[in-house]
Amino acid sequence: MNRDSNAYTFIFATVMVIVVAASLAIAATSLKPMQNENVRKEKMQNILSTIGVEVEREQAGEEFNKYIKEQISLTADGSIDESVNAFNIDLAKELKKPVEEQRFPLYKAEIEGKQYFIIPLRGAGLWDAIWGYISLEDDINTIKGAVFDHKGETPGLGAEITQSWFEKRFEEEKIFDPESGEFVGVTVMKGYSGGNNKDDNAIDAISGATITGDGVTDMIYNRLQYYMPYLKQQNVKVALNN
Amino acid sequence: MANKKDNKEKSPLVLFVAEEKEPLFSKKNRKLLSDPLDDNNPITVQVLGICSALAITVQLKPAIVMAIAVLAVMAFANMIISMIRNLIPNRIRIIVQLVVVAALVILVDQVLKAFAYDVSKELSVFVGLIITNCIVMGRLEAFALGNGVWKSFLDGVGNAAGYGLILVIVAFFRELLGSGKLFGFEVLGHKGATLAESSGLYALGYENNGLMLLSPAALLVVGVLIWIQRARNRKLIEKN
Repeated sequence: MNRDSNAYTFIFATVMVIVVAASLAIAATSLKPMQNENVRKEKMQNILSTIGVEVEREQAGEEFNKYIKEQISLTADGSIDESVNAFNIDLAKELKKPVEEQRFPLYKAEIEGKQYFIIPLRGAGLWDAIWGYISLEDDINTIKGAVFDHKGETPGLGAEITQSWFEKRFEEEKIFDPESGEFVGVTVMKGYSGGNNKDDNAIDAISGATITGDGVTDMIYNRLQYYMPYLKQQNVKVALNN
Repeated sequence: MANKKDNKEKSPLVLFVAEEKEPLFSKKNRKLLSDPLDDNNPITVQVLGICSALAITVQLKPAIVMAIAVLAVMAFANMIISMIRNLIPNRIRIIVQLVVVAALVILVDQVLKAFAYDVSKELSVFVGLIITNCIVMGRLEAFALGNGVWKSFLDGVGNAAGYGLILVIVAFFRELLGSGKLFGFEVLGHKGATLAESSGLYALGYENNGLMLLSPAALLVVGVLIWIQRARNRKLIEKN
């Protein structure tokens, strides 16, 4: 057959596409379980790192079981839904549902007798989704630690939210307004001048990453507000006493 | 820029006969492997693949993984294209090359995600960008389309090794001078918050060079490498 004829070219292209697609599909399907395991362990690593526990990926499973005492899924009004496995909740899908149908995963950790609440976050950055975990101390007000990740923020600007120097700014910040006692979250603020003030509900933003920073602000407020009914039951002293 | 002497052996018959009699590692075949390491290095001589050389050479580990990934992609892409070189319709040969390279790159990416998850996160988009690496397409077009399977394989391995070699050298200097580490180990001593808490070179007041962590530093290192290579290998110097 003439190699330069149109028919040959079409047949060649068709066969090639089918062969390539089939082999890629087989490879992707057979590697999927291992990739999922990696993602699962990374999630455990992320959750643990918000409470200051850094583990290797291999040990993530054991350490996770050691520190995380309870995993519960909440409804928006603060009651516990026993029928849902908190760890398997996919926030990306959950966020698309109406609030009443959403379930909110909450992890309770314990280190040296101190209890921490770890809350998964998810929101929108400039280009795509951003997500993370934030942990609160047992006063439900002080942030113990936070980790963030993103899908497609600009490298060097918005993508810097994954850096530890940014995540460290959240440590010890308060999520309640010290005067009114209202839940306000933490604002990622442009031109922040509060220095090391941990009681002003704000941290310094990253230059050039305003929208990603606003995304982080919104994400923290939007997600945490649904946990307040439950968390307030857990601890009545909350911020009002501070 | 590409060296044109190593391909364009037009007659398939001559090639076939010559291959039959040739030992696997004949002098000519060994040259396919060794040439790209020095005389015809894709980065320092042909100045291809610079983009990824800038991006992933901050540390040694990702550089080595990237080199291995490129090696796998180039060796197999060259082999596959060479195998089907007499079947490929001439008009869509570039597309065919792209599909083969893209498929291999996706495979490498999937394998990394399954077995080297941290590294795959670190390399992120750059694994995908192997597709656009000029070295890969260049070798397919210039060599694999006109040569036998074994020779193409050697050519792919050789060129990827030449690329990887430079990557590793650049990454070695950038990690050592930029963060005082090699493979993440603190080889120059530990840098504490104060001079008293530091050890090794840092105790003497040594500071890491932050410039080395930025992409332009790779160009500086590559520039110095080209200088050294041409000082040693006079025939590479252009006469104009």
